[in-house]
Amino acid sequence: MMVNLKINNIDVTVPENTTILDAAKANNIAIPTLCYYPDLRINSDCRICSVEIVGKKGLSTSCSTLVTEGMQVKTHTPRVINARKTITELLLANHDADCTACAKNMNCELQKLANVLGIDENRFARVLEVRPIDDHNPSLIRNSNRCIKCGRCIDVCRNIQGVNVLEAMNRGHDILISPPFGKYLSDEFCTFCGQCSSVCPVGAIIEKDETATVWNALHDPQKHVIVQVAPAIRVSLGEELGQKPGTIVTGKLVAALKLLGFTKVFDTDFTADLTIIEEGSELIKRITTGGVLPMTTSCCPGWINFAETYYPEILDHISSCKSPQQMFGALAKTYYAQKENIDPASIFVVSIMPCTAKKYEAKRSEMGSTENNLDVDVVLTTREAGKMLRQMGVEFENLSEMEFDKPFGTTTGAAAIFGTTGGVMEAALRTVYEIVNKKPLAVLDFVEVRGMKGIKEASVDLGGKTVKVAVAHTLANAKIIAEQIKNHESPYAFIEVMCCPGGCIGGGGQPYGTISKTRTDRLASLYAVDVAMPLRKSHENPDINKLYSDFLGSPLAKLSHELLHTKYQPKRRH
Amino acid sequence: MIEKKIISKRFDKIDPYSIADYIATGGYKPLIKAMTGERIDILSEVEKSRLRGRGGAGFPVAIKMMALAKEAASVKYIVCNADEGEPGNFKDRAIMEKDPHSILEGMIITAYATRATKGYIYIRCEYDKSIEIMRHAVDEARKNHFLGLKIDKIDFDFDIEIRLGAGSYVCGEEFALLESIEGKTGRTRVKPPFPTSVGLFGKPTEINNVETFANIPVIVDMGGDEFAKIGTKSSTGTKLLSLSGNVNNKGVYEIPFGIPIKTVIDELGGGVPDSRALKMVQLGGACGPIIPRYLLDMIIDFDRFDEFESKTGSGAIIVMDDRWDIFDILLRNVDFFKHESCGKCAPCREGHNQLARLLRKFTDRKATVKDLISIESLARVMHQTSLCGLGQTSPTSIISTLRYFREDYIDRLESLEV
Ligand SMILES: Cc1cc2nc3c(=O)[nH]c(=O)nc-3n(C[C@H](O)[C@H](O)[C@H](O)COP(=O)(O)O)c2cc1C
Ligand code: SF4
Ligand code: SF4
Ligand code: SF4
Ligand code: SF4
Repeated sequence: MMVNLKINNIDVTVPENTTILDAAKANNIAIPTLCYYPDLRINSDCRICSVEIVGKKGLSTSCSTLVTEGMQVKTHTPRVINARKTITELLLANHDADCTACAKNMNCELQKLANVLGIDENRFARVLEVRPIDDHNPSLIRNSNRCIKCGRCIDVCRNIQGVNVLEAMNRGHDILISPPFGKYLSDEFCTFCGQCSSVCPVGAIIEKDETATVWNALHDPQKHVIVQVAPAIRVSLGEELGQKPGTIVTGKLVAALKLLGFTKVFDTDFTADLTIIEEGSELIKRITTGGVLPMTTSCCPGWINFAETYYPEILDHISSCKSPQQMFGALAKTYYAQKENIDPASIFVVSIMPCTAKKYEAKRSEMGSTENNLDVDVVLTTREAGKMLRQMGVEFENLSEMEFDKPFGTTTGAAAIFGTTGGVMEAALRTVYEIVNKKPLAVLDFVEVRGMKGIKEASVDLGGKTVKVAVAHTLANAKIIAEQIKNHESPYAFIEVMCCPGGCIGGGGQPYGTISKTRTDRLASLYAVDVAMPLRKSHENPDINKLYSDFLGSPLAKLSHELLHTKYQPKRRH
Repeated sequence: MIEKKIISKRFDKIDPYSIADYIATGGYKPLIKAMTGERIDILSEVEKSRLRGRGGAGFPVAIKMMALAKEAASVKYIVCNADEGEPGNFKDRAIMEKDPHSILEGMIITAYATRATKGYIYIRCEYDKSIEIMRHAVDEARKNHFLGLKIDKIDFDFDIEIRLGAGSYVCGEEFALLESIEGKTGRTRVKPPFPTSVGLFGKPTEINNVETFANIPVIVDMGGDEFAKIGTKSSTGTKLLSLSGNVNNKGVYEIPFGIPIKTVIDELGGGVPDSRALKMVQLGGACGPIIPRYLLDMIIDFDRFDEFESKTGSGAIIVMDDRWDIFDILLRNVDFFKHESCGKCAPCREGHNQLARLLRKFTDRKATVKDLISIESLARVMHQTSLCGLGQTSPTSIISTLRYFREDYIDRLESLEV
């Protein structure tokens, strides 16, 4: 059914159950908002989107009010404009509004709002009570002095991720969005997925910035600085630099990183292919020798942190494979060092990841030859990489495309789709199927495991047996999978788990403003990258085969085990 | 005599611990009449009575009841709001402590009419005596088969549980109250959906004030049409008033709607002590308007109170004589609400702090004309944009005094320069 109404005296017709906010937007008026975020619950806490409805007392929030037949809405009366300004001034009066010293400068929804509303003075006294900053973990910084209590972070953490680390403590003016009792994130069961940082409208939750460390390394003559780039970055870095969501920038990205001064630019897709070989072999071994099943993937540190904290009893179900990022780090400081005859201690490995949890992962003591010599030295998010390119003044769009360096540059389409939910599963199935059944796959695309559904299932024929597999993304869905395993009720043999909505394309370190639509754009581009690759199966990657013959021996063999596999530790719950 | 005792007819005449006293004075007769005897249509009687909620907003009770009755859910709740946390209000306490069964009876009749399955009474935690009496009354009612399984041998199960308030004023707001019963922090929810469709534990819920429920047996007893003859066109029945401040006889009084405020103060309250002059009256409690002496001819009536755009219908009348400075009252109100704001929505969370700062500038005689404009604008924005009734009504005292006592503000300006 359609509903007719007037917005600012103009007749408009929209489907029923449309909010005033969406109805106005469909008719080219963007009512300003602040706490509203398209994929999250409607809180209507900030009241910025208030409008006048003729005949109704008070103002109504357009995000939560549905249109009705004959309704007359006024979106910009002086009364409405004054209300929006007043509320924004109130927020700014209780905010550390030092924009030029803030990571969100020019990328901040509060700042943008103040600008759109034309605020040029604040009638209200500054009332900020300064609170300590939480930077006690490797991934995220929480600065309550910039928090506007919009509740978005609570919503993602509680309802999308099912982790529930953040809450609104105290009441009234003293309200504080924080882990319970004002503790640090690291005291709590935080998985460092960074989804909160991705939705925070202001600079109150941000990733720990490590760009300065990278600049220093790049200009340290003692260091051989190399960089690896995760699968999802090729479809999101362009967006970070102002291009359309989903723009594929693989070649320009290599060129840009070369301009920054990295000696070699490598592709994490290479170790994604390697992961498929190791993890596929592990799966086949578990299936054929009566090992622990189901086996889950292990490339996502958000999932690992979640399992270690909440489901310690299922840790032997997780593949022992390190993530592609860490496999890369381990090989860079062994295989690559030997091959190029470089002192491993001088090699400085930077990763560009869509992910804040990867910062934590890289700092785990087991991820290096010693605690002081970690395999990956610095992890930058997509946003930090974009920041460095802006600092350098790189004219990204004008760059000519370049290719990734060898020996970690030849990759397959299977590895590219690691960046999306279902991608690791599909890549694994392409390889495991062909190895076990000893015949080529007729169709490479496993469409059942693609798409944004929370938990996807498929069945494959392996050696005459039908094996059920599943794919889950977001931790709320991971919880369902983990419960099944814990209760010995899991019907699957192999499960891919990714922590972020959509997988890494929706990672916590991706460009701000990521919503369902941007995720599907990035996802479509990754599948386009896959289709365009000459090789689309990991086991056909010639450089992987060379790596085994020259260095590792065979999958799961001694050296592979030492360098490419790891163990998990139950985490103490406080 | 201007009093009309319908709700308070048993006050001080029966032992509140005695269900026998209640029954002997006609109690539970309406319930039996509704359920067995003439099988009257409770919903239509309540509709005909035009009863409006007594918790403040004056919402028609029949609309909520019918909405709940229509819901098909197998679990439905009735909640009695006995949180009474607003300074100046104490009439619900009087009903609980003097005629507890009238509330239970009203809830049971409402449950029967709407097919609700369980009831809660949410009582302000400081009301020790009310809690004790209500608990006792629930036990007695259960022993006498007015509550529990197969009430009075007919096929209807309904029981009531007492819950203690969480100690904050905002928990009296209906959604915050439901959150609190659910064990969460008392913060309101986004509306719609309203409680009658998605309420307590996600189930359809009707929530009414103590006095509202106490009216239900009366309506069943005398019939809706008869009830509607009491009071005024917009406000039928009687109202319990909490009269306090500078009056000789403070206390709870019951009057039919339509009596002028002045009459109440003079005849029931016995006027202002020491023959002092009355300066102003605050209606409804801390969230109500402050009006000057010349408006006291105004009758007590929901529609008249509506003119102040605030929910002043809870029946508090706070009288202040000429010794009072409006800024003392305003600051006390604002500090109260600043402390009680749940902090969920921006205008209320941030606004009270700023209102308090601006008011202090007036008490310190440091205010500028700009501050006067700011306080007026801020109070209106909070009133128009806050999420729940707390922030919407808390600025009422400022908005009304800016209208009726503007000279008091001007007097306190540091200078008249703009
Ligand atoms: C901040 C706030 C506090 C309230 N406190 C009470 C209260 O203590 N008792 C009450 O009956 N209603 C209170 N109300 C009104 C309730 O939200 C609700 O409207 C009422 O319980 C409905 O009952 P009624 O229709 O019978 O009046 C309060 C509202 C607000 C906004
Ligand atoms: S969060 Fe936004 S408004 Fe606040 S200081 Fe940072 S950029 Fe400025
Ligand atoms: S930390 Fe950010 S997302 Fe969370 S409530 Fe504060 S402003 Fe909102
Ligand atoms: S899904 Fe990707 S971005 Fe998100 S936590 Fe896992 S690895 Fe990081
Ligand atoms: S108006 Fe005040 S009490 Fe009500 S929701 Fe907003 S902050 Fe909470």
